[in-house]
Amino acid sequence: MTQDTLPQAPARATVSQAEFRAAILNAQADVPEGLVNPDGQQASKRFSVYRNNVVHSLSEAMLTGFPVLTKLLGEEFFREMAKVYLRIHPPASQLMMHYGAALPGFLESFPGTLHLKYLPDVARLELALRRAYHAGDADPIDPAELTTLGQHELMEAHLTLAPACEVLQAKWPAKSIWDFNMADGPQPSAGGEDILISRIGYEPKTFLLPEGAAEFISSLLKGRSFGTTLGLATSNTPDFDLTATLTVLIAAQAITGIDRA
Amino acid sequence: MSKKTVAILGAVTAAVAANAAPAFAEDNEKCFGVSLAGQNDCAAGPGTTCAGSSTVDYQGNAWKLVPAGTCETMEITGADGKVHKGSLTATEMNLPS
Repeated sequence: MTQDTLPQAPARATVSQAEFRAAILNAQADVPEGLVNPDGQQASKRFSVYRNNVVHSLSEAMLTGFPVLTKLLGEEFFREMAKVYLRIHPPASQLMMHYGAALPGFLESFPGTLHLKYLPDVARLELALRRAYHAGDADPIDPAELTTLGQHELMEAHLTLAPACEVLQAKWPAKSIWDFNMADGPQPSAGGEDILISRIGYEPKTFLLPEGAAEFISSLLKGRSFGTTLGLATSNTPDFDLTATLTVLIAAQAITGIDRA
Repeated sequence: MSKKTVAILGAVTAAVAANAAPAFAEDNEKCFGVSLAGQNDCAAGPGTTCAGSSTVDYQGNAWKLVPAGTCETMEITGADGKVHKGSLTATEMNLPS
């Protein structure tokens, strides 16, 4: 198809949002018809500026959102990878603070990173920390309130956890890697980590969980009673340590309510 | 009371006791005027204006979380050689022009 064989485009041709969006993310695509500059010509230069700004700003968003991954991979590599990522996973929401949610899966298949098996868990942790930052506020209970319940009351009670609370069962030492890179933590050693993400004041925090605690907290988050949750935990983990688990939950200011049945 | 009852309630009490003091001792406070350009704390992520948004060193209206009680005693020497202390409220010092 050449210009010769086509009828003259109408002066006020329009471009659909779908066409515009597809052309923005594909540098090889032609400038959509219907975009004109003040001279009435196709606005190819202006469109290129726009295209460049979109890619640049989404790359910057990825760098801001994944400081540890940027450090692990190097900024230059991360930027190039982000350009591939953003074309496959453009923003699905206008809430830019959550951009990059599909990165863990992407890292598992991207040729440059698929051999670095620990990266997806680090990405999951960085995403969870951002979600925790933006989660709703909730005041923790006075922990002493827990000791006012009798055995029966405690078993029937439902503990409410803060909206910022999340559990991450990482196959790799994601918290240790994060701490090593961001908080002068010790050299990470091999092995999985169960991690509680919570927020203290304005600050998202991570806590290492003892064995079985991840399942215990996940069960509480599903709204199961303390008794049911404890039963599940002790049958799945014979050595389940209730004191250690509650100690982390209290330190994380995670318990925000006791719903007595 | 059965043995199991004692064990569970004891575990709860032990956990509460273990946390009795440090929960408040580790509080942080927002400290203004002590962070280097681009290094102010913010975990908000992209699309927000706070992360690394201070453009000059020790900008008076940019803050960083520091252990409670340490902000106002912190002594910072600026590029001009003048010594200043942290502030719990935003200041007019070193605002970018």
